Amino acid sequence: MSQQNDTKNAYWQANLRLIGISLVIWASVSFGFGIILRPLLSGISVGGTDLGFWFAQQGSILVFLALIFFYAWRMNKVDREHGVDEE
Amino acid sequence: MDQFTINLLFVGASFALYIGIAVWARAGSTTEFYAAGRGVHPVTNGMATAADWMSAASFISMAGLIAFTGYDNSSFLMGWTGGYVLLALLLAPYLRKFGKFTVSEFIGDRFYSPTARMVAVICLLVASITYVIGQMQGVGIAFGRFLEIDAFWGLLVGACVVFAYAVFGGMKGVTYTQVAQYCVLITAYTIPAVFISLQITGNPIPALGLFGDTASGEPLLTKLDQIVTDLGFKEYTAPHGSTLNMVLFTLSLMIGTAGLPHVIMRFFTVPKVSDARWSAGWTLVFIALLYLTAPAVGAMARLNISELMWPNGTAGEAVTIQQIDNAPEYAWMETWKKTGLLDWEDKNGDGKIQYYNDANAELQAKAEEKGWKGNELTKFNRDILVLANPEIASLPGWVIGLVAAGGLAAALSTAAGLLLAISSAISHDLLKGQFTPKMSERSELLAARLSMAAAIVVAVLLGLNPPGFAAQTVALAFGLAAASIFPALMMGIFSTRINNSGAVAGMLAGLVVTLVYIFLHKGWFFIPDTNSFSDADPLLGPIKSTSFGAIGAAVNFAVAYIVTGMTKEIPQEIKALVESVRVPRGAGAAAADH
Repeated sequence: MSQQNDTKNAYWQANLRLIGISLVIWASVSFGFGIILRPLLSGISVGGTDLGFWFAQQGSILVFLALIFFYAWRMNKVDREHGVDEE
Repeated sequence: MDQFTINLLFVGASFALYIGIAVWARAGSTTEFYAAGRGVHPVTNGMATAADWMSAASFISMAGLIAFTGYDNSSFLMGWTGGYVLLALLLAPYLRKFGKFTVSEFIGDRFYSPTARMVAVICLLVASITYVIGQMQGVGIAFGRFLEIDAFWGLLVGACVVFAYAVFGGMKGVTYTQVAQYCVLITAYTIPAVFISLQITGNPIPALGLFGDTASGEPLLTKLDQIVTDLGFKEYTAPHGSTLNMVLFTLSLMIGTAGLPHVIMRFFTVPKVSDARWSAGWTLVFIALLYLTAPAVGAMARLNISELMWPNGTAGEAVTIQQIDNAPEYAWMETWKKTGLLDWEDKNGDGKIQYYNDANAELQAKAEEKGWKGNELTKFNRDILVLANPEIASLPGWVIGLVAAGGLAAALSTAAGLLLAISSAISHDLLKGQFTPKMSERSELLAARLSMAAAIVVAVLLGLNPPGFAAQTVALAFGLAAASIFPALMMGIFSTRINNSGAVAGMLAGLVVTLVYIFLHKGWFFIPDTNSFSDADPLLGPIKSTSFGAIGAAVNFAVAYIVTGMTKEIPQEIKALVESVRVPRGAGAAAADH
């Protein structure tokens, strides 16, 4: 019983770690590069404007997509490693 | 064949398709009515969710708001896509594992309290009805344009069509219909954008064209910045509003997305927990196809409009009334004038229509010199931009018909999904769950349909005085969902401490504080002139009412933690429930609680 609890705990910790990393990336590309840090990126020009504008209107969306698929792939693997996947 | 007939053909054909599918897959039992029998593949589910989610706000309204504001409205783009990351990581898999039909069932069970369930239902209803108001605005404009009548009559016609359409089937009918609607709306959005991108930048992919060069070799965005500043408007690509407000607005839209009942419900219908994760990704793929195109549509339309109004360049003479009346590329102006959403007036009587920002001091000086008496393009409703876009760019008649059909598909699919969420909240959660548990399936279905009718009537009444353009009204709905539902779901999954009293107090605090802030700025129940503040000068520094959802959510979390600390600890079996929701294994087919 306690061993089962340990497994569950380790599984949940692994999940939380993965969520944490993903959310840091999620926030950096949108709130970071797209809004708050935009002045810092103003030196890098992209198609008639700067990189911050690109992140705000396109880049963040592309990163969001990559993040969700990465998480789904990684998490489904973690499920199997901890033996908690659906049979 | 004239344009009116072409529009009618396209809209008629697309409707025949949806209704055909709805009849073919008609809901037989309550299980099918709510959740489509749970046999939906993640890709199909993603496509249907995308159609369900992308509404009049995304299709009809958003590009217009970006076009006339520029960078500052990037919040819509980031906010309405970034929410899917939260949904995929924080909610969808766990709610699927929990395995009930509705969001409020989860809240009721997790917080072991019928009161919590009831409060959740109320939050859902408030957010959903506000959302439907925005949809009805879009439906009104689309019907107004294609029937060539005033937008008010368009709204009434639209309400009848939405009702007839929504009562036809439950989610099963809706799932397959929505796949068809997705195909119609994405084609309708993309084709004109491709044409226009080719015309302006020579690049067939609008998302790349946005950052491409115009025929003269000058980048599109540089040229646009130049033209709009020449006319006294704010530079397109530069930030103008408060950074804090932009962050909060984006955050509100993101967490609101993850708290909207009709989107979350979709993730109950996939076969497995692992599929719920994939499904969120597929949904965003289909949404991104439109969202990557939208900023290009906005920028290019702004350029086209400016150039049409100033055919000889911003330094030359403005367009003449004679041109507007006779030249075919200005025909769209006459048609849109009939909806009451576009208007112009030759104030200085020089036979020309000068379009410029008459609030800008520099331009006022120039106007003085040239004898202009104010901006003469007196009315340009943001919500008409996408529908008028193919006409503005002089695209062929069939493209215009296709866009009319696409706009209606977007508004109808979302209105149907929302009405379903509203009706299930009332009939399943309130009536069957609380008051009359012995209700038969038949009377439950009847109650569901009656509540749909009531919801439409309320939405039309409130929609007569909309609190903003369609996407802004919808943004308010997101703020309400962000402040009430999202925190409760988060705490339900990620905390084993938060108890029934904490959750109830949190949801109520979040909902009430946000609703009051909105009403203070937009008028009580959106009745004009009952507001004490305006979004131009908000109560709390730079924080507009559309951005307040993020603050409401913070209030919700804080109140829930404080109240939990003062009340009884949660029972052991609820802790076990939370533990089990966190682990995918053992996710059987979900069941309704009857």
